[in-house]
Amino acid sequence: MNNRVGIIRSLRDRLAITLIGGAAVLAILLYLVVRSYAAQIAQQGQDSILAASVTSILDAAILRDGEVEVDFPYASFSMLSTDSDDRVFYAIYQDDELISGYDTLFHSDPIPDADHRFGTATLQNAEVRVASAARTLIGAQVTTVISVSVAQTQDALEVTLNRISRNAAGFGAGFFLLATALSFWATSTTIGPLKRLTSSVTRRGPQDLRPFEQPVPTEMEPLVASLNNLMGRLDQSLSQSEDFIAEAAHRVRTPLATVRSYAEATLQRVGKPENRHALRSMVKAIDESSRAAGQLLDHAMITFRADHLDKQDLDLGELVGELVRSLTPIAEMKDVRLQIRCPETVNVQGDAILLQNAIRNVIDNALKYSPAESDITISVSNSAEDRIAIRDEGPGFPENNMAMLADRFTRGSNSEGITGSGLGLTIAQDVVIAHGGHLVLANHAEGGACVTLSF
Amino acid sequence: MKFLLVEDNVELANAICSRMQLDGHVIDHAENLEDAAAFSEVGEYDLILLDIMLPDGDGRTFLQRHRTGKLDTPVIVLTARSQVSDRISMLDLGADDYVTKPFDHAELKARCRAVLRRKSGNAKTIVQLGDVALDPVAGNLSIRDQVISLRNRELRLLELLMNAPGQIFPKTKLVDRLFSYDDDVSENAVEVYIGRLRKHLENTRVKITTLRGLGYRLDHE
Repeated sequence: MNNRVGIIRSLRDRLAITLIGGAAVLAILLYLVVRSYAAQIAQQGQDSILAASVTSILDAAILRDGEVEVDFPYASFSMLSTDSDDRVFYAIYQDDELISGYDTLFHSDPIPDADHRFGTATLQNAEVRVASAARTLIGAQVTTVISVSVAQTQDALEVTLNRISRNAAGFGAGFFLLATALSFWATSTTIGPLKRLTSSVTRRGPQDLRPFEQPVPTEMEPLVASLNNLMGRLDQSLSQSEDFIAEAAHRVRTPLATVRSYAEATLQRVGKPENRHALRSMVKAIDESSRAAGQLLDHAMITFRADHLDKQDLDLGELVGELVRSLTPIAEMKDVRLQIRCPETVNVQGDAILLQNAIRNVIDNALKYSPAESDITISVSNSAEDRIAIRDEGPGFPENNMAMLADRFTRGSNSEGITGSGLGLTIAQDVVIAHGGHLVLANHAEGGACVTLSF
Repeated sequence: MKFLLVEDNVELANAICSRMQLDGHVIDHAENLEDAAAFSEVGEYDLILLDIMLPDGDGRTFLQRHRTGKLDTPVIVLTARSQVSDRISMLDLGADDYVTKPFDHAELKARCRAVLRRKSGNAKTIVQLGDVALDPVAGNLSIRDQVISLRNRELRLLELLMNAPGQIFPKTKLVDRLFSYDDDVSENAVEVYIGRLRKHLENTRVKITTLRGLGYRLDHE
């Protein structure tokens, strides 16, 4: 029953990988969006301060007697102070001519009286943000354009951005972890009904072919429906074949019984030795065929059941006792005594029907080979090694082919004249092996055969 | 003894009946469950032989009704099935024993005797002959106040002879009755048992006479 099923990646893994992968992509995206948005906001903040600074300088520029005069208000630079001690640069041009500040400062050539222009440049090995604006000054005689650029390094901005990035990364990681936990929860919730179905199939006994009735999710309904359908068909075909076997046995055995009864009755009336011989042979042949048919069916049943034993807690002494009671009338006909030796209670786990059948076959054998007025001793013990030992006082097993006797259709070399199918010991052996044990055939030192069922 | 046979196969029923009558028993035959119920209510039977597969139902339903109807007539089931599980359920339902078809008549008789012995209430089958009384169910031979327990073959042989005193039984016939068809015994094997019976009957007025070339006969004064 160990059929290997081709296995592809589990549903749980697939689902988990998809969900976790999605969560990872989302977390990275979240991080990037938050970070770039934060950078944008921070830049806008710096830009507006730079613009205010530029405007305040521009506003301070006046024309006096045709000369440009700029009196920096204190606030124009103090507003730019930061925790990181960012450096500030400025440059003032009058009609493209530097009047004050750093000439290396990027000059963006702003359009007069328009909005501020912003840009990024490198100054003294540092990245700076530059804001520029220009204004037309109109005096009595002259009209001149004055433009102002203010630049600031971005150290404070960098610090802020790093902090925001860290927070965003933490946020992303948190999101990812939460999403992962949720995916595991979601996968196990989704897989749950499947697992429950699996365990309810596994826990069933071998004879339990009832349909499944627990509620299942819609997606699994077709699977369970086909499974139930299969179980139904299996159940039907099993009971059909059982019925068929019973019917076949009935059809074969009833006419045989008629023939046997007539033959026996006739035997009482005829006297001629040759007729008597013929009738006796007839009865023997009938016994042989009905016995073979019965044992073949039993053997088939045992082969079928051996794969999945119907194990129960058994009182072995009681089981053997019941069996012996039913065999006693047959034993008495030969004046053979069936003796049970069971000094203590022996409890085992086993399939009652199969064990009974196995023991019956061994006792049947012993009965056939026992001389009249002898004993058959059946010992039941608590030791697994000699669980049940059946000893007779007959001729014993032939030494030459003892090892083969439990094989199918093999009979002892001293079995001539005794009805048998050669299946009795095979049945007993199959049952004991199915119970994880073995069958030992031996001859007792004081004569007689001894069959030990160890399980 | 009086038997009721419930069996739908007429041929088999006839064979069983003729075999039973040969042994000196009275046997009624019912072909279906309805007849069986009617018979068992009227006639007082020592034993019912019941087939399981019947045209108008399952013999097991008869068994159940029989048991609930407080009739304690023992029932031996005749079954053609050999599945052990079937046998177990039969005993659970209240059958006293079962035999699997085709069966040995000697086995059937042995089972009947065992069942009757268990239900010791019906001890009315004692065969009395002079100062000798045989209880075939218990297997006891009473000679005046002395009770001897007989072995099975001795019992069957004596029962046969005591049921027909004065009749000559050929050795071959006795061999058929005492030994199964499996045992290839010589006719002389009977002599051992005749010898034992003679010893038991030594001081009685019952004698077993050997008729050379013909067989044995039980005589009593």
